[in-house]
Amino acid sequence: MVDVTPGSVGPIPPAEVAEMELYHPHSWWTKYVFSQDAKVIAIQYSCTALAIGLVALVLSWLMRLQLGFPGTFDFITPEAYYQFITMHGMIMVIYLLTALFLGGFGNYLIPLMVGARDMVFPYVNMLSYWIYLLAVLLLVAGFFAPGGPTGAGWTLYPPQAIMAGTPGGEDWGIIVMLSSLILFIIGFTMGGLNYVVTVLQGRTRGMTLMRMPLTVWGIFTATVMALLAFPALFVACVMMLLDRVLGTSFFMPAIVEMGEQLQHSGGSPILFQHLFWFFGHPEVYIVALPAFGIVSDLISTHARKNIFGYRMMVWAIVGIGALSFVVWAHHMYVSGMHPYFGFFFATTTLIIAIPTAIKVYNWVLTLWRGDIHLTIPMLFALGFIVTFVNGGLTGLFLGNVVVDVPLSDTMFVVAHFHMVMGVAPIMVIFGAIYHWYPKVTGRMLNHAMGMFHFWVTFVGAYLIFFPMHYLGLMGVPRRYNELSDMGLIGESAHHLNAFISIMAFIVGFAQLVFLFNLIWSIRHGKEAGGNPWRATTLEWQTAHTPPTHGNFGKELPIVYRWAYDYSVPGAKEDFIPQNEPGSFGPSREPA
Amino acid sequence: MAVVLVLVLVVVGSVVFHLVSPWWWTPIASNWNYIDNTIIITFWITGVVFAAVVLFMAYCVYRFRHKEGQKAHYEPENKRLEWWLTVITGFGVAAMLVPGLFVWHRFVTVPTDATEVEVLGQQWQWSFRLPGKDGKLGLAETSLVTSDNPLGLKTDDPNGQDDVIVQAADLHLPIGKPVKMLLRSIDVLHDFYVPEFRAKMDMIPGSVTYFWFTPTRTGTFEVLCAELCGQGHPFMRGVVMVDTEEDYTAWLGQQQTFAQLTPPQQTSSVEPASH
Amino acid sequence: MSVILVFLAVIVGISGWWLSHQRLMSKPWLEEGSVSAFPGTESGSMPAAKLGLGVFLAVVGALFSLFTSAYFMRMGLSDWRPMPVPKLLWLNTGMLVLSSVALQCALIAARRKDIRMVRLGLITGGLTAFAFLIGQFQAWRDLVADGYYLSSNPANSFFYLITGMHGLHILGGLFGLGRTTAKAWSDAPNDRQRLSLSVELCAMYWHFLLFVWLAIFVLLAGWAANFIDICRQLLS
Repeated sequence: MVDVTPGSVGPIPPAEVAEMELYHPHSWWTKYVFSQDAKVIAIQYSCTALAIGLVALVLSWLMRLQLGFPGTFDFITPEAYYQFITMHGMIMVIYLLTALFLGGFGNYLIPLMVGARDMVFPYVNMLSYWIYLLAVLLLVAGFFAPGGPTGAGWTLYPPQAIMAGTPGGEDWGIIVMLSSLILFIIGFTMGGLNYVVTVLQGRTRGMTLMRMPLTVWGIFTATVMALLAFPALFVACVMMLLDRVLGTSFFMPAIVEMGEQLQHSGGSPILFQHLFWFFGHPEVYIVALPAFGIVSDLISTHARKNIFGYRMMVWAIVGIGALSFVVWAHHMYVSGMHPYFGFFFATTTLIIAIPTAIKVYNWVLTLWRGDIHLTIPMLFALGFIVTFVNGGLTGLFLGNVVVDVPLSDTMFVVAHFHMVMGVAPIMVIFGAIYHWYPKVTGRMLNHAMGMFHFWVTFVGAYLIFFPMHYLGLMGVPRRYNELSDMGLIGESAHHLNAFISIMAFIVGFAQLVFLFNLIWSIRHGKEAGGNPWRATTLEWQTAHTPPTHGNFGKELPIVYRWAYDYSVPGAKEDFIPQNEPGSFGPSREPA
Repeated sequence: MAVVLVLVLVVVGSVVFHLVSPWWWTPIASNWNYIDNTIIITFWITGVVFAAVVLFMAYCVYRFRHKEGQKAHYEPENKRLEWWLTVITGFGVAAMLVPGLFVWHRFVTVPTDATEVEVLGQQWQWSFRLPGKDGKLGLAETSLVTSDNPLGLKTDDPNGQDDVIVQAADLHLPIGKPVKMLLRSIDVLHDFYVPEFRAKMDMIPGSVTYFWFTPTRTGTFEVLCAELCGQGHPFMRGVVMVDTEEDYTAWLGQQQTFAQLTPPQQTSSVEPASH
Repeated sequence: MSVILVFLAVIVGISGWWLSHQRLMSKPWLEEGSVSAFPGTESGSMPAAKLGLGVFLAVVGALFSLFTSAYFMRMGLSDWRPMPVPKLLWLNTGMLVLSSVALQCALIAARRKDIRMVRLGLITGGLTAFAFLIGQFQAWRDLVADGYYLSSNPANSFFYLITGMHGLHILGGLFGLGRTTAKAWSDAPNDRQRLSLSVELCAMYWHFLLFVWLAIFVLLAGWAANFIDICRQLLS
């Protein structure tokens, strides 16, 4: 392997990358509303995602009211309950997490971190947001459609999703849901092309792949996966829409509904499940990989230490991305598919645990002998590790085919996926917002409110979801709005359910404090300066904070080093920005 | 410092909760204690890893939290350490996977002497069918379902005539005999789930799925539907009673067969629907 | 799901080949300063639009692979009645081939800066593609007239669904082609410069959709079935 001889920096001609032509907005409308600036689009994406996420939060309160205190609230009929869980799940997974990580953080961070002026196709990028907004509005319209939104569960399994026994199945609910998803996928594809091509073609001079921050690696890999996985959902949605509207039989077998034979015959419900999970499992990592990347950067920056085992981290991200396409049927162990698939999918699923575990080890090993600043982003990163390790380990139960048999479709599954792809990525989102808010607004978020937010969220969420596993172990099935006459659980389990509900309210309340903090700090937060965390990556080296249109000043930065030069022996400061020339080579060789 | 304390509390609290909380699986009533054992192995391995990672993290935060003048150690990677961790993780994963796959092999291999019992799910009730004296279940199809023939049996199949039909009532099973549950649905997905038996499987309209088990203790067990099947899903309950041999024979004697339930004039006039 | 897995394997192969040239094994903390010693590790020189189209075509490829996967899975079930392929499809295929050839000619002409040939190629390509769409629509009408309704059999459903999806992609392509054609008539110097790239993108897209169409044709005509039977036997 050829290493660069230290000291051979030499003069580098500035910006050999062809300057891109930026669209220069002329009016308030094109500057802030129909903006083609990735940063504005990122903020639009984030605000929309947080707003619809708030709806999902309220829905979770409503369903916890029913579960914790069954029979007390008459307006939560079984029908309404199923509509709440369906919309809650769909919003959280697709419209909040996917949109926020890729559309929000992706748009803001990719151009800044790789040293680009903007995304490569700004116009398409703008369209992407507006189509996403349309998808969200259509989704919300479901609440006002006759019959209400669909109550088929977020997995939308046919045949029940398009039958009369399910809320919205014979009404508009399911049609609106499927159309909204199709729109979302089209909008996402537009954005996704941007993220991928910007990383491939838009990097500034000196920014090789191995010098990219892990945040960019995570978002990039997740986007590639999403571009290839979302078509599966698209296909499933289109086919189900045809089944529902035009009476085809892709997924619909012969069915007797309420004593009457339906028109359909011969279709395969399992086919839908294969398509859905062919999207659905990569989706888990589409949410997780950006979180992995971002948390690596948070830990490294706030522990003032390079991320431990950077190369291994990159390989793990790429490896997880590729492997995640061959594990989808572990969601279908008890679906009635050919039992011998179980051997294959259990093996691939448990193998994927190895690169994931390596990532966890490297995060905690980054803390080892670090200089840990317990800032709020760092606290959230620690919270992420705890909840992610917990949720990842319970995944080993469910991934191991035979253990999944008693546990599938119970509250154990609910607890598992909330821990691993609900709480854990959201911890990262919060950490990331506290981390990058100063760059976006120029001001710090309020510390006291931040501490309150972290402690309540972390402890509360753990208290909600950890005990929930044990309800599942007892055999309490998921998607039951009522357990009252179930013989197998005792009185104590009802108390546990009530406790979980109360915790859910407290944790939800803390999120309102967070939202208040977001708004309050825009005006009243402490001035942040350009680089409050003393971080190395390019977004902190911009001439202006918040960065202006075009991100960097007259000339694009040139990158001379990787993203993790913290506490380098011999350096004056405990961080060296990526665009700083100069060499510290000799002292880096292992002793 | 609060963080360190909370991290330690998370570990200690989780372990204590696991040990003393009253919420644990129901007493097993089938031969699938293999599955319980695999879960126990998994609990041990994952529990140790969880405690180790979080406690190590707590120690790091305690020992290396920022103090004035402190500088982080510079160490980009440590290949040997990383490979060791990878190998150890690999062994841990294998220790869970291998027993799991062995038990799965047993789970999908139905013993040849298992009696077939058909379960039919529909929104939102359970029906059952047992083979008659010939020991064979007759053919059935969703498209043949009528109010007189709620399970959709083929009326011209001789094997089906002596099938015992238990419609919307309790199922009885003899203790100690392996049964192969054949699962069928006539409308949406359902899932036949008795927590005490540990086994479950979805039922898919248009095909027949199965699982097998041997009841090991007498008693009355609640059947739950474990796959969302519309708004009546939580109320789709049934009862399975595991009987001693004599009780079972007595119960079986009281049940009616398909031929008895179907009026004879209809048997001759109904043609199987052609497709 | 085997078709999509094969498709993904190809994608993984291409990505892996590319990544293998990006020095993923290097130790970035030891490599400060200029990277001029490692050519090819920085941003590529390919126009972003071309790469973007390439990525988009990968997405379209995944989409049609998934439809094909679903087709094969559904085909195995008992109620499948294969559908006769209308003769008209042969004519349509010819149209689409012509369209592709015309755009290829336009591309060659654009490289030689022969603007008249470019215009001719673009117009011919557009008209033949349009004729293809009309032909497809006529094929649908013929089928409906013969009683092959969308919902009467899954084979029919898939036929309409997949040809419809392909038609929509051609329609989208015609929009892009229209913009390119407008550029070919425009006198603005900026447009002239970009024309060559635009024509190249159109040609790329057209060739890809032609390839997809041929694959669909083979599939819907049932020739793929024999091949699949062999695959099934190998698998089982």
